This record gives sequence, structure tokens and C-alpha cells, in this order.
Amino acid sequence: MKQLVCISKTPETTAKINFKDGNTAFDESGVQFIMNPYDEWYALVRAIELKESLGGTVTVINVGPASNDVVIRKALAIGADEGIRVDAEPKSALYVAKQIAANAEGFDLVYCGKETIDYNGSEVGAMVAEYLDQPFVSFATKLEVEGNSATVTRDIEGGSEISKIDTPFVLSAAKGMAEQRIPNMRGIMMAKKKPLNVVEPVGFDDKVVVSSFTLPDAKTECKMIDPENMDELVRLLQEEAKVL
Amino acid sequence: MVLVYAESQDGKYKKSALEAVTFAKKTAEVLGSACKAVVVGQAEGTASLGKYGASEIIQLNGLDHFDSQTFAKAISKVAQDEGAKVVIVADSSTGKSLLGRLAVRLDAGSVSAVNQIPTADGSVLKVKKNVFSGKAVAEYSIQSDVKVFSLSGNSLKPEETGADAAIREVSAEANSRVNVIEVNKQQGNVAPLPEAELVVSAGRGMKGPENWGIIEELAKELGATTACSRPVADTGWRPHHEHVGQTGVAIKPNLYIAAGISGAIQHLAGVNSSKCIVVINKDPEAPFFKAADYGICADLFEVVPRITEALKKAKG
Repeated sequence: MKQLVCISKTPETTAKINFKDGNTAFDESGVQFIMNPYDEWYALVRAIELKESLGGTVTVINVGPASNDVVIRKALAIGADEGIRVDAEPKSALYVAKQIAANAEGFDLVYCGKETIDYNGSEVGAMVAEYLDQPFVSFATKLEVEGNSATVTRDIEGGSEISKIDTPFVLSAAKGMAEQRIPNMRGIMMAKKKPLNVVEPVGFDDKVVVSSFTLPDAKTECKMIDPENMDELVRLLQEEAKVL
Repeated sequence: MVLVYAESQDGKYKKSALEAVTFAKKTAEVLGSACKAVVVGQAEGTASLGKYGASEIIQLNGLDHFDSQTFAKAISKVAQDEGAKVVIVADSSTGKSLLGRLAVRLDAGSVSAVNQIPTADGSVLKVKKNVFSGKAVAEYSIQSDVKVFSLSGNSLKPEETGADAAIREVSAEANSRVNVIEVNKQQGNVAPLPEAELVVSAGRGMKGPENWGIIEELAKELGATTACSRPVADTGWRPHHEHVGQTGVAIKPNLYIAAGISGAIQHLAGVNSSKCIVVINKDPEAPFFKAADYGICADLFEVVPRITEALKKAKG
């Protein structure tokens, strides 16, 4: 089975968020970057588990500049076989999906994380599926494959749904799919020798740009309430916060 | 023309669908155009979507279960036939898996989880959404001829102003390659977490799963949905679907009450868009107090039942 996992590079969870160029661009200075947790912990690890039990290969793909290679190498250290980097700025979801789709022919399964923790778009998976004219299962929490038939459990509002789908298809992975794997020394050494192919982007007119960023208003000071007086809390929730 | 997909579940329109229709009507007003709704199959109250702002409702028949591929094909065909310039869906799990497909099919610029009424600048539409897990807001300019976006839940109240609208039935092609074999729904009549307006959540400070009675009683008194922190779900004290935070469910209720949760940054990332946060923790140094609107620094086992009592008293 040939599997493709889409990975993004995102600021680390605790990173301080600042902007530059008149609040039109994210200020990367001093920010630690990581592989998007949904892509790494859930999508990538499940793909590697299936490779270990069923055979085949796992390829990872990223759209970004050369500084993203570190994230691809980490995926290779965790157990992916080869990497593809489309050498372009990941400008919008549609742009990224177009680049991935151009390199995704011939795979049995294409994985994304359920969203990235920076732009929280949750769009690329469905777009790749549409470009490839394949089915798409979002928020998958469980995936089993037998031959060319897969059984997928996905989260829906207030419950879950189990479907059977023939490969090829695209899915987005959520918590439950797999457990995080820490790469070991052998993996890190082997990753250096695995192929990382850099490809040129396909032409595409972008349709969406970020015109400005703003930081939310500073939170007003927390009002401490006497633990003996919960009538006061209820009154504040009704009259001041107006949420009851 | 603005086209909105109003999602129904088990034959009923969800609150998120009514929000989306209201939002679509307001977007149409910004553009000086009309708003139409598209629905799939029969459901209770289809004509009354008109009250929320749809001038006409197109009902697609023949699609038996949700599949983003067949739904997106049918909805984008309606959008093309009607000449829609903007297509809006709710930012639900269904809406999220439709949005990207609609963008590709309609060659449209897309933005997900928009939370304010768009503004128009010539033919460009500007929309805002939360980014960096609620740590910032981004304004996007959508430049394409056709634009699609999803509406973040609980961003505006559904408004009933007009009258019932006419329904036009259209048949759609099913042909799904996804075979749904089982659907599991949680029991009970409270709203699922992503849609809940009131949430009562608890963490490790509860000391063990056997102590959750006081949380459930408070939630019941409020009509709230229960949630928990990651360690609590990971140790199996509570089911995984209750886990809110960065890797669990991200929520934005009107009221979030957190008992015995210290407020790690990963937890805050999933709840910091809540309108009002109440934190109960006996540690005055708990970082969650910095993100809270109201704080109670005391033993939760004493405070939580007291809140339940105070609510009962207020109801009279």
C-alpha cells in the first residue's frame, strides 16, 4: 500500500504570537517551529503503523521553503520512507491543496491532520480529495485497512459514524487514531539518508490573502468572588456577563 | 446572490443552520443581493428558513446519507445554476468537509470559521476569523469572483424576521462511494460540545471519576454540557469526546465553568474563545485565573455544590 501524509510546519503551541510589516505578516523571529501535532501524532503515526502491519511505503509531503526540511527529516526519523517538498510559500489552503494534489496521484491513502494549529483552517484535506476526485473522510479517529477496503470511524457532532470505503481516498486524522512516537537515535541517523525530493510548484492564481492581523483585546482582570457567596456569582453571570 | 446550505440532522434544522441562514441574509444585505437556502431531503421547518432570511429554498432529493463528495457536487450545481457569488456553510463537521470541495468545484477563494459579518470593498469581500488557536484575529480579502466560507458556531444569534419561503424540489445524483454502516449517538438531550452554549468542565482536581456527581448536578441545573481536561480523558476517568483543548475539541460557549483545571496553554487554546470563563481552583497561582472573567479560589468540593444551590435559589 502506498500512503501519502501531508505535513505542515506550525509555531510551537506555547509560542508568543506577534506580527510585523504593519500587522500584515506573522513575525517568525524567536519562534520555535514544530510539525503540526495532528499531522504528526495522528496521521503520520497511523500511516507508519499500517505500513508495519501491511507493508508498502509512507511518503510525506510539505509545501514550503527549504527551512521546512527539518520537519520533513523529523517525519523520516519517525518512520516515513521518503519526503517531497514543494518549493513554494504555502500562501492559502487552496494553493497548498493544488500543490499536494499535483504530487498525489497513485497513492492508496492520503492523510492530513484535522487542522493546523496556526491558521486552524481544516480545509486542505477536502480540497485535495476534490482535486483527485476521491472520497474524503474528515475527523477520522480509527482506521483499519484490509486489501483495498477500509473501515473508518469519524467524529460527528454528538457521536461517531463508521463507514466502509474502497481505496483510494483522503482522510483527516483526529485524536484517537494513534499515539505520539518519539524518534529514536537509529531513526534520526537513518533519516539523513532517506530521499527528500524538492519539486517546483505548479502555477496557480491565489484567491485569498490575509490583509491584516490583530491581537484580541487584553482580557480584563479576573474578578475574584468570595467562595462563601455563590449567590453573587449567579448574580454576576445573569446581570454583568449576561450569559444565564 | 448568496446561497447558504442549511444542515439538518435527524429531520430537524440545527441551531448552526439557523445561524448560517441569518448570517447569509446579513451578508446578502452587505452585497445588496438576495439570499437563498439549499437543503438536503425533507426536514421539519424547511419553509420557515424563510423567516431567517431565505427568499427561496431549494430542496435536494435523492441524497440518502452525508458524503462530502455527492453533497458538494449537488450544492455546487445549485450554486452555478442560481449564479451564486457567495456560498456559506456552517463550520460543523459536515460544513468543514464540504467547504474545501466547494472551493475547488466553484474555483472560489475560501475562508473557514468566519466569525463576523463580511465587509465589501468593490468586488473584494473581507472576512475575519480567529487564528493561532484564538491567540489572534486575521482579516482575509477574498478576491475571486465566487467566494465560499464557513460560519463559526455561536458567532451570532438566529433572527426570525420574515415569513415562510417557497420550496423548490430538485433531484440530485446519489452515487456515493462511502458506505455508512453504523452511527452512534450519545444519549441525553444536552447539546453536543461543539454546539453547547453552557459548559461545565473539570480536571485532575476532582481526584477521581467517582467524584463527578457534583459536576453532573451543576451541569444538569444549568442545562449545560459536561467536558474535561486532557489528563482526565487520557486516564480514562471521562470519555474522550469530553476532552476540550488543543488536541481535543475546541469550543466557544457563552459560559465555560472550569473546576480543578490548572489552565495549561494547550487547554486554553481550546476554550479561550468562550465569552465568559469561571475558574474554580484552590491554588491561587493556577494560570487559568489569568484567562478567567470570574475566579473562586477555594476547594471545589465545597464551591461546586454551592453554585448548584445558588442557581436553584435564583430560579425560585
